[in-house]
Formats: sequence, structure tokens, C-alpha cells
Amino acid sequence: MSEKAPAMLSLDDVHAIYGKKIRALKGVSLEVRAGEVVALIGNNGAGKTTMMKIIAGLLKPEKGRVTFQGRDLAGLPPHRIMRMGLSLVPEGRRIFPRLSVMENLEMGAFCRSEKDLSREYDHVFHLFPVLGKRRCQLGGTLSGGEQQMLAMGRALMAAPKLLMLDEPSMGLAPVVVDKIFEIIGLINKEGVTVLLVEQNAKRALRAAARAYVLETGMVAVAQDAATLLKDPAVRKAYLGLD
Amino acid sequence: MLAQQILNALTLGAIYSLIALGYTLVYGILAMINFAHSEVLMLGAFTALGLATFAPAAFGSGPSALAAMFVAGMAAAGLVNVVVERFAYRPLRAVSRLAPLISAIGVSIVLQNGVFLWISTQSLSFPRPVVIGQISLFGASVSSLQLVILGAALGLMGLLHFFVESTKMGKAMRACADDISTAGLMGIDADRVIAVTFFVGGALGGAAGVLYGMNYGSIKYNLGFLPGAKAFTAAVLGGIGNIRGAVLGGFILGLLEVLACGYIPDGAQWRDVIAFTVLIVVLLVRPSGLLGEKMAEKV
Repeated sequence: MSEKAPAMLSLDDVHAIYGKKIRALKGVSLEVRAGEVVALIGNNGAGKTTMMKIIAGLLKPEKGRVTFQGRDLAGLPPHRIMRMGLSLVPEGRRIFPRLSVMENLEMGAFCRSEKDLSREYDHVFHLFPVLGKRRCQLGGTLSGGEQQMLAMGRALMAAPKLLMLDEPSMGLAPVVVDKIFEIIGLINKEGVTVLLVEQNAKRALRAAARAYVLETGMVAVAQDAATLLKDPAVRKAYLGLD
Repeated sequence: MLAQQILNALTLGAIYSLIALGYTLVYGILAMINFAHSEVLMLGAFTALGLATFAPAAFGSGPSALAAMFVAGMAAAGLVNVVVERFAYRPLRAVSRLAPLISAIGVSIVLQNGVFLWISTQSLSFPRPVVIGQISLFGASVSSLQLVILGAALGLMGLLHFFVESTKMGKAMRACADDISTAGLMGIDADRVIAVTFFVGGALGGAAGVLYGMNYGSIKYNLGFLPGAKAFTAAVLGGIGNIRGAVLGGFILGLLEVLACGYIPDGAQWRDVIAFTVLIVVLLVRPSGLLGEKMAEKV
């Protein structure tokens, strides 16, 4: 009907309960198309992380459908979803603290059968030179920014089609945040589709083509990122600007 | 005298270490104590005995028979452990942390009584396929059997070290021990890794069962209980969940027991008391064990 590319990832009326009775998502529908950077912004508790966990298979939706490249993800465990090309860099980075940097990266490539992954390692070390210097260090000894880079590099080792990033800038110094967003742009140019969850709405909207605003478990606004940046209501609520 | 004591301690410690590794590997990933592990090692010993009794001709004698007994005992113990995990623990994993623990105690009773009812209530003599002689070593006359036991145990520990540090599956095991849900995000099938862990831990227990049988010359349906409990103590002593800790704890416990036997009047009667006193003291003074680390903060 439209000339838009077909959706790579789509959520259709997804409901979720978090914990025992908190209704974290109340009918979320959204789409991510191949090649896009899509941002998902919203306040704490809006349901952003719950949504990411559902897409990755870590939580089961109470109702609704998630499809990736036309395949329904219902009932698939995380490792199967990941093997379809959908990688999540989770909130809080979650690198393996007692594994070295190299071993963390190797785990990122766990599902790949190739023996020789030197191109992938080179790519990651090219994007994040500091990881190259820390190869043998344990993941747990890295700084927060380095851990975020390792978490992203680890996800890239699998050559995902869609990379989901949950709060990549959380707790990081502004310089490091610049670097992370620069890399997100680079990765996208290389052809990886990106779904980005951020509390740092300004950065996210600058990096994304389109964005969804999540409010108490529902999509409040779906709009071009550039338009949202100028939207007075969004500026007031999420950008701290009048 | 002292050299002989030390060799005794090393032999005993090696057996404890092998068993302790089975507890610690499983605990490292699931934070669960596999109380059925002592029965798994007992079944390993009975399988090896069964092989030696019913198919002696097929494996010849001497080293080849010894190897066959090891392989059979280890494979059987590993498989039993995998089956137990699949049917008695996995379905309960999501329920609570206590449920698999109680299930494990149940499995332990079932396996022990199974052997008691269907195989033998008595001690059965356990074959020693290698000729046992006395060898002079550093001025001490030692039994060649002890050297076989020590060598086999150290060899298996070396293999485990290689597996865990250098193979893809071994690294995946460590990744699961660090953070099992994130391992899933890497495309790692945690259920499969858990099954492999139970197999490896069970196989080491099976090897310990065979070594135990050879060391004492006889096996019985309840043979796993005491060494199992002591090896568990050793794992806690070293820091449960920590592989090096399990080995260290096993050898320390072996040494303490043997020295107590040798140097305390009537020490032999106290040897079991020593192990569990050590457990209590360690739990009081250093609950995380000698090499135990506080779990890394997962922010």
C-alpha cells in the first residue's frame, strides 16, 4: 500500500505483566524497518525494558504478537531468537565479569560455526580500539564505558541484522556517550538495523530516524525523530526544555 | 613414615577433589547442591564392577581392563547425572531454589535403595586390574596403587582444566556460571550447557567411585555417602563454585584426615569428626571458603 520497506520487526498489540501484577505493557504496537535507527523513549517505568526483554525472548508477552522477518517469535527461547539475527545489548551491559575481554567476544560469536573469526575481532577492535588493549583483562575489571563498548562489540561478533540497545548511555561520562552514539551511527551505516531505548531522549532522537514515545505501557506518540525534537510537548516532558 | 603419610593424604585428597569438582561445577551454574552426587559416584563404581564381572574377557587384563573400567564408570555416572538433571531438577528449576534440593535428596534415596534392593546389600569385592607392588620413592616404600590413583586423578583434573579454560563449551560453562540469562542472549543454549556440566561432573564422580573401589578393595550400596559428604565439605572449604577451590579443599581435607590418623592418639576414630568440624569452622570463619569470591555485582 505504501512504498515503505516491509517491517523487519513488528509488535502487534503486545501486553505484558511485570512481576506479579504490574501491567507493564498495555497493547504496544510498533515497527522497525530494515536499515532504520528507531528510538524508543519514555520515563522510568514506561515499559521500555520490558518491551526489549519480550522481543529478546527473556519475558513472555501475556497477549499479542512479535514477528521478526515474518516469523512469529512466540514461544522461542532467547538463544533461538538471537540466532535469527536479533541481538540485545541488555540494560546494565551484563558482560561476563570473570571472562576476559577476548572470551566475552568469543561468547558473542558462540552461534557462529566459522573457525576463523579474525575479521570480526578486527572489526570490533577497529570500532573500539580500547578493547584491543584490554584483550586479556577480565570483563569485571573494565570501566563502565569500556564495559558498554565490550557489550556492543560482543553483540556485533554475531553479525546481527537487528541490534537492540537498552540504555547504552546509562551512567557514562558525556565523552563516552559521544563515542557510543558515534559507533551506533557507524554500525547502522554498515547495514545493521538499530532499535535504541534511551532515557537520554535528546541523544536518541538525534541518532534516530523515527521514534516512539512510551508512556505507562502504551505508545503515546510515533513520529519522525526530527519532528519530535521540535515538538513542544515532547521537549517539555522528555528533553527538559520549555 | 611422613612420606608415606603424605602419599596417603594425596591419594585420599585426590579422590575427595574429584568428587568435590562435581558439586562445585553444578553449584557454579545453578547455585544448587546436587545431593544425589554421592549416589552417582557409587553407581560409577558399580558399573565398573559390573563390567569387570560380566565381561572380563572383552577387556583383557592390566591397563586395558583398568581403562575400560574407568570409561564405563565415568560414562555411566555422567549419564545418570544427566538423566537425573533432566527429569528431577530441570522441571523444578523455575519453581524455587529449595525444590530441586529436596528432589535431589529424594533421588539420592531412590538410587541408594535401588542398588540395595536389586544388586546387593553386602560389600562386594572390587577388582584391581593392575598388579600392586611396593615401589621405593624418596626413601619411602609406597604402593603402586596409590600412584595409579593419584596419577589418574591428576590427569582428569588436567583434562577438566583444559576443557573449562580452552574449549568453546568450557567457556560457555563459565559464561553461564557468570550470568545465565545473558548467556542466552549470546545464543548459548543454557539447558544444553547445564546438561554438559552434569555429565562432566558426574563423570568425574564416576572416576572417583572407581578409584575409591580400587583403593578399599570393596564397594557397597552406601559407599557414596561419607566421601560425598566429605567432598562437599571440601568444596565448601575451597569456596563452592570455584574449581581450583574444590581441588585445594579436597587435598587439604585429605591431609587433615591422614595427619589426624597418624598423629593423634586413637586418631582413626576421629577422622570423620575432623572433616565436619572443618566444615563448621569454615562456615563460621569464612563462609565463602578459601578461594571463594563474593559474587560479582550484577548491576
